[in-house]
Amino acid sequence: MRGFAAQSLLVLALGLVVASATLEAHEKMLARHMPLGFGFWHQTAGFDIEQALIPFAASSSTYGTAFLVGLLNTLLVAALGIALATILGFVIGIARLSRNFVVARLSAAYVEMFRNIPLLLQLLFWYNAILRPLPAPRQSLHLPLGAVLNNRGLMLPGPHVAPGAWPVALALVLGLVLGLGLLGAARRAKRLTGVSSGLGWWGLALAIALPTGAFMVFGPPLHFTMPQLQGFNYVHGVSLYPELIALLLGLSLYTAAFIAEIVRAGIQSVAKGQREAAAALGLSPALILRLIVVPQALRVIIPPLTNQYLNLTKNSTLAVAIGYPDLAQVFMGTVLNQTGAAVQIVFITMGVYLAISLFTALAMNLWNQRAALHER
Amino acid sequence: MTRRLSLSILALTAMTTLAGVAHATSTLDTVKQRGVLQCGVETSLPGFGIPDDKGNWTGLDVDTCRAVATAVFGDPTKVKFVPLTPKDRFTALQSGEIDMLSRDTTWTQSRQSAQGLLFTGVNYYDGQGFMVRKSLGITSALKLNGASICVQQGSTSEQNLADYFQTHHMTFKPVNFDNADAIIKAYDSGRCDALTTDASGLASERLKLGNPADHIILPEIISKEPLGPSVRKGDDQWFDIVQWSLFAMIDAEELGVTQANVDTMMKSTNPAIKRLLGVQGDYGKTMGLTNDWAYNIIKKVGNYGEVFERNVGEGSPLKLKRGLNQLWNKGGIMYAPPLD
Repeated sequence: MRGFAAQSLLVLALGLVVASATLEAHEKMLARHMPLGFGFWHQTAGFDIEQALIPFAASSSTYGTAFLVGLLNTLLVAALGIALATILGFVIGIARLSRNFVVARLSAAYVEMFRNIPLLLQLLFWYNAILRPLPAPRQSLHLPLGAVLNNRGLMLPGPHVAPGAWPVALALVLGLVLGLGLLGAARRAKRLTGVSSGLGWWGLALAIALPTGAFMVFGPPLHFTMPQLQGFNYVHGVSLYPELIALLLGLSLYTAAFIAEIVRAGIQSVAKGQREAAAALGLSPALILRLIVVPQALRVIIPPLTNQYLNLTKNSTLAVAIGYPDLAQVFMGTVLNQTGAAVQIVFITMGVYLAISLFTALAMNLWNQRAALHER
Repeated sequence: MTRRLSLSILALTAMTTLAGVAHATSTLDTVKQRGVLQCGVETSLPGFGIPDDKGNWTGLDVDTCRAVATAVFGDPTKVKFVPLTPKDRFTALQSGEIDMLSRDTTWTQSRQSAQGLLFTGVNYYDGQGFMVRKSLGITSALKLNGASICVQQGSTSEQNLADYFQTHHMTFKPVNFDNADAIIKAYDSGRCDALTTDASGLASERLKLGNPADHIILPEIISKEPLGPSVRKGDDQWFDIVQWSLFAMIDAEELGVTQANVDTMMKSTNPAIKRLLGVQGDYGKTMGLTNDWAYNIIKKVGNYGEVFERNVGEGSPLKLKRGLNQLWNKGGIMYAPPLD
């Protein structure tokens, strides 16, 4: 009871502090003639953003749309970065345990080098390392499949929806559903009778044949427009800007070094005796890895992996240094400067990063629950 | 447990009370108490605000800060220069981190009405232009359709650029950074076809390039950029001091009072000069300063023309013409009200 009283008092005191701080801030903002409220959200932005995943125009888009553009750019680089860092991190982590001396040493060197150099320096290095040697648009390097590389970025053929899109997509989904159904049936049959029915192969054939057939009948699902030089720049393609490439490289190479260590620790945490016991039972090395090592290693890997994902997302705000238009750069940079609504904008930005981080943590925790040891 | 709790509540209450106490003194008193003026300036823009390798600041905007410090303390060295990026500058002023901003900042209605700052005057009339590589063979900004353009974030340049291209039915790809050095590097590495900022800034940035002669500044001036110092709203006395420190320099040039002749000018019979130099009247005292405030500015910093020539004019690497910044009676628009 006494504990309850004390705790409510503490909550009350905290509430008072927050309330008085808010009032104080409001009063100070009024006194300094700083804009209050969120009226700026619907005002026309009046500036342009090079990389916008949704339509954005200086003359008609609002600060609210600029916020969305920044947010999407942040999510894009975070998602791509997490995927790349995870793949690279797992490969290097496993390579560090390789019996091949050179491979193991090289991986160790990678880890030590990338995790011990400040990320900001790495980003600036990659940005300049990408920009400096690349040629101007007129002297572009022409890559296979119509891709073009120059100091404005990597221009890829731009995909557009073609008439064949819907039938082919439908056939693909249908093929996958039927194929997976047949595969399941084949597995069940094998479990019950011990005889391979061959149904699984039919499923695979169906999954391939249906979309291919649709492609033949209705034509390709997408058509591509090739990047073309027009005046100063290439148009009609999809551009991966140097800022995005540099940020992605910097973030994923840096985070991969940490993930590699986590993966190595996870694998080493599985007791040697477990492997030996599995080997004694006659399991092949591949089966030992799949059935014994990985499930137990994941329990150790997932929680710190979550931390790395959160770090990568938050580190993406270093985009400011190399001019990548992420949320921090666009919203806390240009929008804040043009509207002067510093307090509101900083709070919104903090809230958004908090929400992204909490959501990432939630998803990872759900995965962790599945991987965790289930005691009976 | 309860004891520790009550202690922490006490501490929290004390903190909020303390936070509530620290306000309501005038900027002049704050500056005098501190013994030094905190002035927001450029990070590195030759001619306007840039530190040398020994940390000595030079520039037109820097000297505007020094003039105010001299008016307050009689000593141009009592300034702490706070280098700011364009996107940080207003927050720094609003939050009280600096006492005044003198950082080639464009006077606009929205900044004054919506962002809580007051511009005290104009120390450089400018306009936005473009710089391109000579090898592009372009002679007009109207040929820039589809170009990638480097622009500084959080500046009026960003909006003017969008406006200009929209007005002329052209498109462009913006590449923005929050600091001037990153922009000039990106332009130099070929990331952009053109660099845009105020014309004076272009002249200044061009000096940072490997071979300045390989780059030209296009003739179009696409905006009005009256650059000047600003202060927070709500302190009229401080506004007066910052405003008249600049006006005194301009009036001094008009009256022919220079750093070299200011002592002999003390004996001048011209009433306007007598008022300016504090020989007659209480013009300094009405602002909370001493009456020799303007004398000190001219003696220790110089008149507007001298400051201009030294930092951006013929006496500097920039070699900018006076142009619009010539005095009103010599073909320009630089004009300051009289003291009386």
